[in-house]
Amino acid sequence: MADEIFEYAPAPESRAVVSLRSSYDLFIDGEFTPASGEERITTLNPADEEPLAEVAVASEADIDRAVRAARRAFEEVWGPMPGAERGKYLFRISRIIQERARELAVLETLDNGKPIKETRDVDIPLAAAHFFYHAGWADKLEHAGLGPAPRPLGVAAQVIPWNFPLLMLAWKIAPALATGNTVVLKPAETTPLTALLFAEICQEAGLPPGVVNIVTGAASTGRALVAHPGTDKVAFTGSTAVGREIARTVAGTDRRLTLELGGKGANIVYDDAAIDQAVEGVVTGIFFNQGHVCCAGSRLLVQESVAEEFLPRLRARIERLRVGDPLDKNTDVGAINSAAQLARIRDLAATGEQEGATAWSPACDLPERGYWFAPTVFTGVSQAHRVAREEIFGPVLSVLTFRTPEEAVLKANNTPYGLSAGVWTEKGSRMLWTANRLRAGVVWSNTFNKFDPASPFGGYKESGYGREGGRHGLEAYLDG
Amino acid sequence: MPSTTPAPDIAASNTSLRAYLHGLPGVDEVGARERAAQLATRSVKTTAKAQAIDLAIRMVDLTTLEGADTPGKVRSLAVKAAHPDPADRSVPPVAAVCVYPDLVAVAVEALADTGVAVASVATAFPSGRSPLAAKLSDTRRAVADGASEIDMVIDRGAFLAGDYRAVFDQIVAVKDACAGAHLKVILETGELVTYDNVRRASWLAMHAGADFIKTSTGKVSPAATPPVTLVMLEAVRDFHALTGRRVGVKPAGGIRTTKDAIRYLVLVNEVAGAAWLDPALFRLGASSLLNDLLMQRAKLSTGVYAGPDYYTLD
Repeated sequence: MADEIFEYAPAPESRAVVSLRSSYDLFIDGEFTPASGEERITTLNPADEEPLAEVAVASEADIDRAVRAARRAFEEVWGPMPGAERGKYLFRISRIIQERARELAVLETLDNGKPIKETRDVDIPLAAAHFFYHAGWADKLEHAGLGPAPRPLGVAAQVIPWNFPLLMLAWKIAPALATGNTVVLKPAETTPLTALLFAEICQEAGLPPGVVNIVTGAASTGRALVAHPGTDKVAFTGSTAVGREIARTVAGTDRRLTLELGGKGANIVYDDAAIDQAVEGVVTGIFFNQGHVCCAGSRLLVQESVAEEFLPRLRARIERLRVGDPLDKNTDVGAINSAAQLARIRDLAATGEQEGATAWSPACDLPERGYWFAPTVFTGVSQAHRVAREEIFGPVLSVLTFRTPEEAVLKANNTPYGLSAGVWTEKGSRMLWTANRLRAGVVWSNTFNKFDPASPFGGYKESGYGREGGRHGLEAYLDG
Repeated sequence: MPSTTPAPDIAASNTSLRAYLHGLPGVDEVGARERAAQLATRSVKTTAKAQAIDLAIRMVDLTTLEGADTPGKVRSLAVKAAHPDPADRSVPPVAAVCVYPDLVAVAVEALADTGVAVASVATAFPSGRSPLAAKLSDTRRAVADGASEIDMVIDRGAFLAGDYRAVFDQIVAVKDACAGAHLKVILETGELVTYDNVRRASWLAMHAGADFIKTSTGKVSPAATPPVTLVMLEAVRDFHALTGRRVGVKPAGGIRTTKDAIRYLVLVNEVAGAAWLDPALFRLGASSLLNDLLMQRAKLSTGVYAGPDYYTLD
C-alpha cells in the first residue's frame, strides 16, 4: 500500500488557460502584421511532437520594416520620454506578466518541454522580476555610475535562445527599454510562442507602437537581424559557434555587442561539504531545465577522498527524479526541446562511452512519443574526454575527481568557457580562496543556479562578453 | 556520514563521543530549508490523497498532555482513537494514544483489545530537569502500568554544555528501564536550534538505542518543522545504511492540517524512502490534526465538507 501512495496520482496543470491561435504573424510597430513571404514554421510540443501553432518567417524586408519602426519609435516617442514615464510602462508590463503568470507558464511548458513547476516557480516569476527591477532604474540612470547623463544607444537587435524563452526575452528587453532604447527581438525557432504572447502584453500595457518588435523565424532571420546596419546594438544569447559568427558580422561596425554563450561549469565538492545539500546542488546544477542551461554545473569535481561516499548518494538522489509529462506538477525533468538537440546529446553521450567513460542512468520509463533523454552520469571521466570539454546542453553530468584545492581550481579553469562554477565547503576561508581563483562569471557557494535581476550575469573567455542584470547590465545599453 | 562501521566504543568517553559527533558532515541551513520547501510543492491528489490520508490517520499518536487531564478526558480520547469517525467505520484507528505516566493505566484499560497502543511521556517531561533516578522511576511506572511506548526527553542542558556522554548514558539507562517498550527519544529541536545540533543529537540517540527519534515535546516553539524533520530523516536513512537497523521518526507539535501531514509523508518518501511509510517507523504527534484528516477524508469520498460540528472534540 505504501508504495502505491507515492506513485503520486497524475496532477496535470490544465491547458485550458492558454488560448492558442493556429497561426501567428510578426509583431511590428504595435500590430500583428503578415510577413512578406509565404514561408512558415511549425512549433511543436516536444513532449509529444504535436504541432502547437504556425509562425511567420521574417524576411530581410520584414526585418527592415521592424528596424525602421523601432527607429521611429526611438526618435519620436521612447527616446525623448522622461525616464519616470518609461518606468511606468515597465511596471505595467511586470504587473501583467504576474497577472497572466499561469497562462505564460503553461504556454512555456507546452512550447519548450520544461516542467510546469519550473516555469511556474522560476521562469515566469523571474521574468516579471526583471521588468520590475529595471522599471525602478528608468528614472535613476544618472546615478548608475555611468556618467552624469547617460544616453540610450538607439535600436537594439536581440536574438535569444530556446532554453528560457520568456526569461531571456526579459533579460534582453527590460534593460533596453529602461535605458530608453527600442528593440527588435527574434525568439528561437523552436520556442516563439511566449514572445508572441508578450507582444500581446505590450499591447495590453499600451506600450507605444514600435518600441518592441518581435520577428519570428529561423537562422536566416537571425542573421538578417544582426546584420542590419540600422541597429546600434546587438545582444545575443546562444551557442558559442553562432556567437562567433555574430562577432564577425558586427566587427568593424560601430555597433555595440554583448554575447552570452556556452559554458562547461564546474561544481567543486570539497571533502568537508554539507554532503546532503551538496548532492542536492549537484542535481539542481545539471538536471534543472533538462540541463539546457548555459551555466549548468555539467562537470562535477569531487574530492577523491569523499567520492566513494558521494557518488552512491548522488545516484540514489537521481533515482528519485520524476521524468515525464512536463505539465504534471510533480515532474522534475521534462522533455528535450527539439529533435536536433536530442540528436546532439545522444552523439556526445555516445562519445563518452567510446572514449572509455562509464555511463549510468536511473531506471526510468521514458514516454514513447516526444524527445526524451534519461538523466545520465559519466564516471571515470578525464579532462581529455569530450564529455568533459564540450558543452552537451542536456541532462548529462561528467564526474571528475581532484586531490587538492590547487588541483580543483586548475581543472575547473581548464576549459575554453568561463560562465559559472560552484564551490561546496563548510570552511569559509577555503570557499573564498577557491572563488578568488575561479575564472567564471558567476561563482555560487553552497548553492547553484540562483538568479536575481540585481545580480550581473556573464562570462569569461568563450562564454562571451558583457554583463546582463544589475547595475552592470545597464552599461550595455547606455553611452556614458 | 561515516563510511565504515564506527568502533563500538564511540561512547567510551565524552571526548570520543564528541569527536564522532563533530565528525559528522555539516548541514547547510539554506539548502535544507530549500529542499524541504521544494518537496512541499508536490501535488498529492485523488486516489493518492485518499491513501495518504488513511496512512496519516494510522500514524497519528493522538496526544493529550495537559495539567488538566483527567481519567474522563483520557477515556473519551481512547474512544476517538479506536474509532475516529463514529459515522464511518471504515476509518482506521490511530497508532497510539499518548498520555502522562499517571494516566497510563486508565488509557490501557480503555484501549484494551482495540489494537491502539498506549504511549507515555516519561523522564520528567517536558523539561527533563529531574534527577536520573526520578526519570527512571517515572519510566518504570509507565511501563509497569502497561505503556508499550515511552517518549523520553533528552537532557538539552547537558547537550548544549557539550556533555554528550551524559545524554548518551541517560538514554541507555531509560532504554534499560523500558524493558522492551519502544523508546522514542525527544530531541526538542527548538532548543537545540541548529541543524548541525539536530543531526548530532539524532546520531547520538540512535547509537544509544533509540527506536524512534522525535522532534519536540510540543511545549517549545518552534516544534516540528519540515526542514528539521528532513535532517532527522536523512539521519535514520544513513544510520540504516551503516548498521542495517531502521529507526523511526516522529515529528510532533504544530502539525494541524491534512496538507501539513501529507507534506511530511512526501518528505518521508523522498528522503528516507518508502520503507518508512509505515506506522512502525513514522508517527505524527498531534491532537487537532485528526479532525482535519477526517474532514478531508469525508470530502474526498462524498464531495462535500461537513461542518466541524460533525466531528467529535475529544
